[in-house]
Amino acid sequence: MGMTITEKILAKSAGRRSVTPGENIWLNVDVLMTHDVCGPPTIGIWKKEFGDKAKIWDKNKLVIFPDHYIFTANKHANRNVEILRSFAKEYQVENYYDVGTERYKGVCHVALAEEGYNLPGTVLFGTDSHTCTSGAFGMFSTGVGNTDAAFILGTGKIWEKVPESMKFIFHGRLPNYLTAKDLILQILGDISTDGATYRAMEFDGEAVYDLSMNERMTLTNMAIEAGGMSGIIAADKVTENYVKERTDEPYEIFTSDEDAKYHSKYEYNVEDIEPLVAKPHSPDNRDKVRNVAGTKLTKCYIGSCTGGKITDFKFAAPLLLGNTVKVPTFIVPASTEVAKELEIETYKGISLREIFEKAGCIIAQSSCAACLGGPDDTIGRAVDKDVVISTTNRNFPGRMGSKKSEVYLASPLTVAASAVNGFITDPREFL
Amino acid sequence: MLRKLSTGFTNYFIDSYFLVSLLGVGFMNNIIQGKAFVLGDNIDTDQIIPAEHLVYSLTDEEESKKYGHFALSGVPTAQAGLPDGGISFIEDENYQSQFKIIIAGSNFGCGSSREHAPFALQKSGVKAVVAESYARIFYRNSVDGGFIVPIESTGKLNNKIKTGDQLKINLDNNTLKNLSDGTEYQLKPLGDVLPIIESGGLFEYARKSGMLE
Repeated sequence: MGMTITEKILAKSAGRRSVTPGENIWLNVDVLMTHDVCGPPTIGIWKKEFGDKAKIWDKNKLVIFPDHYIFTANKHANRNVEILRSFAKEYQVENYYDVGTERYKGVCHVALAEEGYNLPGTVLFGTDSHTCTSGAFGMFSTGVGNTDAAFILGTGKIWEKVPESMKFIFHGRLPNYLTAKDLILQILGDISTDGATYRAMEFDGEAVYDLSMNERMTLTNMAIEAGGMSGIIAADKVTENYVKERTDEPYEIFTSDEDAKYHSKYEYNVEDIEPLVAKPHSPDNRDKVRNVAGTKLTKCYIGSCTGGKITDFKFAAPLLLGNTVKVPTFIVPASTEVAKELEIETYKGISLREIFEKAGCIIAQSSCAACLGGPDDTIGRAVDKDVVISTTNRNFPGRMGSKKSEVYLASPLTVAASAVNGFITDPREFL
Repeated sequence: MLRKLSTGFTNYFIDSYFLVSLLGVGFMNNIIQGKAFVLGDNIDTDQIIPAEHLVYSLTDEEESKKYGHFALSGVPTAQAGLPDGGISFIEDENYQSQFKIIIAGSNFGCGSSREHAPFALQKSGVKAVVAESYARIFYRNSVDGGFIVPIESTGKLNNKIKTGDQLKINLDNNTLKNLSDGTEYQLKPLGDVLPIIESGGLFEYARKSGMLE
């Protein structure tokens, strides 16, 4: 019996020839990532449980990105960053990307890719549910809580149940009015928010392999929105080129066997898919944009690990060029590298930053910002009965701030088109 | 004999699972009794503990009470305390709830990885959640952190049990009795994670089974 790419990577990590879905196995972790919300409690548990003997299993494998609550006056939030800072200093954690320095990166999942931590065939755990994003690099990556992270921090090991795999194949050539966001919203509508619970979501097909690494990361990023343990796309030349530009670390490429066993398989022709939204209050509440077109908005938001990468802004810019947004529109580059690229990347000779500024958008500093609400003074936070369209990943009640707000999730194309009109708009009107 | 951490490590979980099971180590209370607080499907971690509150210390005894105070504060009022809704989980300035058992539908704890969610429920005094299904990370966090016991029901219970009903859960025979109306329901066994729950969490389990000193 053949194995899936996920089973092969987990077997390697467990030091075994093969693994079977449903088995509990102990994994050797290649990278542990944490941030300012879950890092401090993880460190707290690690110190308490290991006591005087507390030792980081491998300093080179620990990566810390403060990214959640950064640009806030909230003293408790700032204290969390201070805890990370003094921990990194005390234990000489080199892979710490401090706020207020040249090293500051922003949103961890995007930063992991940019800094070369995502390596095909490896196993990465992070204290954030969207850690599944890294699976775009043909690796196993998943989110855990503080206790599990503290265990890894001290031992380099963690137990995991080998997941069954689900396969999602996208055929055809992606039309110019669609992005990877539409593809994952299509899946979410089909399988719902628990359709992949405890399973690996494997993406395949020529439309997937035509995507850039950034766009592939949008697909794997939202695996968790279907309850998925992980999302994964086998590495190809595009992956290798991206990785080699950023690191000399070795990696190993795995692919699924022809006779590998899947829980289920879904096939799509991308040319049959239309621009999609997830309506309030769930990421699986899918509808066609044209069915909700005209819905009046009070805010538009382009940002986060899901929708704040340079590709997202490249999608949005042509629609915003020469137009003025009708409602407050927030541009939140996920990382400082993306923020720099906004100045370098141009459309019709004008930098993306200038296009957004001239359209009246508010450009924020790189962080998770209002994707998850955050402290009261978080830029772009949903207040009162805001109606928001956003490139982010979740629209459960109160996710972006106010419990009374309504959030629509959509592609950067749909958000940009909607920002120009002030109501939800099918991007095909602009393309 | 079980401390072979390199090659034999992969079988460790299974080995020690049987070991602990055979010893019959029972550190948890097998009877959980208390009033029900009933919720719907897809209660995500932002509803369990809204992100703005994640800034508080989890180790400072006094400050961490805020997690109890804000537990389930993200649930829209109409859906809080079914079937009628509009019921406060926490009264006024308290940090402990009168409700000790959460009854919910499918996919409880979906969303973010924040361990603050099961922690907040524990701080508020919740002992167990009985839901049709759980999101993976919330389930792991509940078990590995030893915060609450996440139990799966065998069918939908959040349309049968009412907020305020007195419940009695027996983990020895996996049953839930509604003392308010006399009905009884079968629960799914805790399965593979039972030894971790019985130990009180992952670290205690690892120490007990000899994996950690």
